[in-house]
Amino acid sequence: MKKTDLSNLPDIPLYTYTKDEKNKFFLDRILHLFNHHINESKEFKRMMTSIDFDIKNILNIKDLPFIPVRLFKMFELASIPIESIVKTMTSSGTTGQAVSKIFLDRNTASLQTRVLSRIISSFLGSSRLPMIIIDCESTVKNRNHFSARSAGITGFSLFATKKLFALNEDMSLNEEGLKTFLQENKDKKIFLFGFTFIVYQHFYKELLKSNTKFDLSNSVLIHGGGWKKLITDSVDNKTFKLQLNTICGISRIHDYYGMVEQTGTIHMECEEGYLHTSEYSDIIIRNSKDFTVCDFGEKGIIQLLSLLPLSYPGHSILTEDIGEILGEDECKCGRKGKYFKIHGRLKNAEVRGCSDTYGEKFR
Amino acid sequence: MEKNLDKVEFLIGDKLEFNQGLLIEQSLDLFSVETLDFLSDISEVLFKSPQIRNFPDVATFAFYCRRSNLNLLKRNYINNINSRIGKGILFHIAPGNVPVNFAYSLFAGLVTGNINIVKLPSKGFEQVHIILNAIKIVLSKEKFNLIFSKRLFLLKYDRDTEVTSFFSKICDVRIIWGGDQTINEIRKSQIPPKSTEITFSDRYSIALINAKNYIDLYDKFKFTTDFYNDTFLFDQNACTAPQTIFWLGSNEEIDTAKLLFWKFLKQKLIKMQYEVLPIVSVDKLVTFYSQAINQGDIKLESSDASEIWRVDNYSIHNDMNLFKCGSGYFNEYSISKLDEILPAINRKFQTLSYFGFQKEHLFDWIKSSKPLGIDRIVPVGKTMDFSLTWDGYDLVNSLSRIIYI
Repeated sequence: MKKTDLSNLPDIPLYTYTKDEKNKFFLDRILHLFNHHINESKEFKRMMTSIDFDIKNILNIKDLPFIPVRLFKMFELASIPIESIVKTMTSSGTTGQAVSKIFLDRNTASLQTRVLSRIISSFLGSSRLPMIIIDCESTVKNRNHFSARSAGITGFSLFATKKLFALNEDMSLNEEGLKTFLQENKDKKIFLFGFTFIVYQHFYKELLKSNTKFDLSNSVLIHGGGWKKLITDSVDNKTFKLQLNTICGISRIHDYYGMVEQTGTIHMECEEGYLHTSEYSDIIIRNSKDFTVCDFGEKGIIQLLSLLPLSYPGHSILTEDIGEILGEDECKCGRKGKYFKIHGRLKNAEVRGCSDTYGEKFR
Repeated sequence: MEKNLDKVEFLIGDKLEFNQGLLIEQSLDLFSVETLDFLSDISEVLFKSPQIRNFPDVATFAFYCRRSNLNLLKRNYINNINSRIGKGILFHIAPGNVPVNFAYSLFAGLVTGNINIVKLPSKGFEQVHIILNAIKIVLSKEKFNLIFSKRLFLLKYDRDTEVTSFFSKICDVRIIWGGDQTINEIRKSQIPPKSTEITFSDRYSIALINAKNYIDLYDKFKFTTDFYNDTFLFDQNACTAPQTIFWLGSNEEIDTAKLLFWKFLKQKLIKMQYEVLPIVSVDKLVTFYSQAINQGDIKLESSDASEIWRVDNYSIHNDMNLFKCGSGYFNEYSISKLDEILPAINRKFQTLSYFGFQKEHLFDWIKSSKPLGIDRIVPVGKTMDFSLTWDGYDLVNSLSRIIYI
């Protein structure tokens, strides 16, 4: 294999590559990544050896193996020496739960920033905007601890000319601050960002209670983090958009699908309501029984591929989310690439046998 | 005390009987006539109940309680009966997910003449319901009611350390089924200084198959059913279920035997319509890669049944027990003589199920080589059969005290 500088990712105009162009570009790059991680990570090498992985046998993206995301909670997987780690990111787990640990070096961190910023600006426009962060400031204050939430906020903040945290430290709505900020930025496009659940719980519900009417019709909201916590309120994407539009006039709302194991290559929701792969990421849906590849329109477990992870072997991961690809290059929004939907998470098993369910409850 | 009992749902017995029982009742004789009558009546009621056909585990329990087996057990323990008295009050904590287990624990408590407090699984298993009904019917007969209504308390309560502590404080023996985590948690509740404890912790079990004898075996269907019952019947999660198969023979014999064995098992899975949940497939991959990272020299063996994952081992490791997943995750290791297994056996090892060996031969081998684990040596198909000797404990002796004269 000829040597490729993996940190030197070309700036392809986003969402323009057709299927064939994408496959050619992507497969070559991702195979180099496999090689890189096999050489640099003892753990990854052992995993690939155990399944007799051989790059020569890979003719298509669909042939690429994957490692379950849960492994990042169980092992410290890195493809760089400790002294090159500049940042360690963790997933947001509830107390007591194991969290993913993702080790970044300078190259990977800068790739993440670069690709994230290109994806966002393709939706927001290239000039920076006044930004309202729907969260409280202390979430990002702790510089030693990069949770998915703080990393998200920090990453997206690159687009801000100035910032406002819309929530107080007790997660209540900072109404006065919001009023002033909107006044100061009258007639300007405003970028709102937050985590889906927080947007709904601490922003939408507070606006609903408030006597003040806020006009955000000129704003764009980007939110992510998943819908799991909103199931109890039975809020789906459609309801979410409708309710927010009713309360503050906002009409441009984009969900995104991403995970801490593949920061940077997020999948943005288009105007048609579908999530999109970019040139730097790909998605494969796998049959949950035998991991064979599902056809478009068939639901299965999501495998995510990304060209950014150099410092840890997170370039091909098996999530625990269920998804469905609707098509490739044909979305009405005009973007090339695969477009897909998420259908929740895999259900936990109820085990039979004398394992520890009683003890589980104590945790 | 009242406060704690209020948090408890009594399925057999009630608060009043409970308070009386603790004050006045004494142990019964070991294998007393009344107890054996009581148990064999339960067996009869169970066999008459129409639902028993759907629940082979209930049928097995009913069969275990039949008169002839009770007499046999009594004969086996005849020496103990004369010199022993039940310890007093037993507090059984049944596992949350094996429906019939509580009944065997109770069985051991009853034949040793003790008063039994049994915490039932919180899930509403049909099997539990059937057995409870049978006990209620038998208990309603006056002769049994008089004796057993103050000796038998089957109950449920939600996770509550105070209630657990309450029962722990008054018991002479605490019996904990259900794994390491449960045991550690329950142990935060003290038992009286003189009381003892029987713990059934997480265990690891293996199968040993003589390849040549398997190839020569005529009825492979029956053998496959036996193996299926040992494993897939409870999603390979019972602590008795083999996780690793050791194949003894020449390379050619082992290759042939494996080919046949897995082919038959696959057919059995299809016939039983055995299915795994999507998350379990991910669990298997997680287990497999964890094992690969830790051990390094394993290979995933291709298998045409997606429910069966076969892991080929090239060397022996003494931490095999860490990599079990259930629902069809098997390690395999080829040997040419028994001693090659020894380095793998640690304290966690419980059941060795075998095919194509002499029981005495295996016993002598274990006896002379003295590995840290292996408490049971049983033929394939018999791993789940209950016995009053379990997990290295003689339950009759552990639940009674001996009088020295």
